[in-house]
Amino acid sequence: MDCSCTLNKTLQHPALVRALSLGLLLLLWIAAAALTADASVLPQPWALWTPFLQALGSGALPYHLGMTLWRVVCAFVPAMIIGVAVGFLMGRFASVDRWLDPWLVVFLNLPALVLIVLCYIWIGLNETAAITAVVLNKIPNVATLLREGTRALDPNLDSMAAVYRMRPLARLRHVIMPQLAPFIAASARAGIAVIWKIVLVVEFLGRSSGIGFQIHFYFQLFNVAMVLVYALSFIGVMLLVEALFLQPAERRVRRWRTA
Amino acid sequence: MIKVDVRRKAFGEEEVLRAIRFEMETGETVAILGPSGIGKSTLLRLIVGIDTGFEGKITRPEKIAMVFQEPVLLPWRSVVENLTLVHPQLGTQAALSALERTGIADKAGLFPGQLSLGQQRRLALARAFAGRPELLVMDEPYVSLDPAMAEDMLSLTEALIAETAPAVILVTHSEAEARRLARRCLRLAGKPATIIEEFAAKPASDGWEGHHDRA
Ligand SMILES: Nc1ncnc2c1ncn2[C@@H]1O[C@H](COP(=O)(O)OP(=O)(O)OP(=O)(O)O)[C@@H](O)[C@H]1O
Ligand SMILES: [Mg+2]
Repeated sequence: MDCSCTLNKTLQHPALVRALSLGLLLLLWIAAAALTADASVLPQPWALWTPFLQALGSGALPYHLGMTLWRVVCAFVPAMIIGVAVGFLMGRFASVDRWLDPWLVVFLNLPALVLIVLCYIWIGLNETAAITAVVLNKIPNVATLLREGTRALDPNLDSMAAVYRMRPLARLRHVIMPQLAPFIAASARAGIAVIWKIVLVVEFLGRSSGIGFQIHFYFQLFNVAMVLVYALSFIGVMLLVEALFLQPAERRVRRWRTA
Repeated sequence: MIKVDVRRKAFGEEEVLRAIRFEMETGETVAILGPSGIGKSTLLRLIVGIDTGFEGKITRPEKIAMVFQEPVLLPWRSVVENLTLVHPQLGTQAALSALERTGIADKAGLFPGQLSLGQQRRLALARAFAGRPELLVMDEPYVSLDPAMAEDMLSLTEALIAETAPAVILVTHSEAEARRLARRCLRLAGKPATIIEEFAAKPASDGWEGHHDRA
């Protein structure tokens, strides 16, 4: 009984559960690869090591990773800024909401692929079109979340700030932003996850660099190992970004709750 | 000098206030009484200027403070920042002595969520008086407090009013509370609400009658 208790306790440790759950996924992969028994369709995890070192050594992997990461950043920043601003205005002013809500519905239901193709046709097969497509894809999601957040703003705090004649900038920084922070953090995390996937599609369809381009290239060569190497490398990088930047930022804005 | 002249205030079709007129001198305390839902909070929002959608005219001073039914603090900023951010002209030293005056100086570095409810209300009082307001508006500040704590807050408010000498408008359900702080009482009634009665509050020597006589 003592033993099962400790085991139970250990199993509640979040990091451990995480590791175990990932290990389980790996086991599933190994089993599937064994059943497939065809390395050109689904190689074993360890069979990716050599191609990985190859791609790393040749400099191709770092270069294409860098390009994709750069596009993610270029799309993420404007999408967040515009989305937050639009969502805030929609949540704050009913008239803005009435005008923009139909647009939001249209853009939310427009498949990412359509926007990408149209951007390439209208703007040309260039970087601007690629980034624009991603930004346009992401703004509606951010705006929707921020509209909810703005509607949930505490009216009492609003009255307090107004009675005491707080300056607009101080109000924004100390009254409004702390209330919106959880919504901004949530949309940033969801945003990153969606944006990098769309960036890959954009690269797949019309760029000559980036993870998406490389996956396109190896797809045409039927080189599954390389496709997996590039995909997994990028997932690794994104998990790192999440752990190093997004999670600490979220913890910081939540500090007052747990104090 | 404060002049209130509200001819009409409506929310959509629903007319809430009509023909409410009174004046106050600086340093005077007026209590507003009336049943729940009559429009007392609405009137206060007009008086302090955060709701401008009405017919009429209100003359008010520059520096206004308000104490709400709830403390209404910035939970994500420290206790002392709750004073310095709302009153940027106030230095940290002045903020700390305002906390000292309300008995929570040792909490300066904590977040409001780490204070007891009574301490949060003290912080709200400190914030109201720290800006040396010319007009202080209080919307049922002692409702939902147990009698001992209400008495505590009431005497602290009394002392702070004596020190700062603002004009005070106090909304309350309790005539005892009104008598304790105010010279004049206005009673709101009717639909739309208007002032049906103005009476001088008896001097405070009657003492505290408890918190039971809700109007
Ligand atoms: N923003 C608003 N929109 C529509 N109606 C409102 C709004 N604010 C208040 N009212 C209405 O105005 C009337 C007066 O409300 P108010 O809050 O001023 O009452 P009160 O006298 O302060 O009541 P209480 O003592 O319970 O606080 C109520 O009927 C309320 O429904
Ligand atoms: Mg009220």
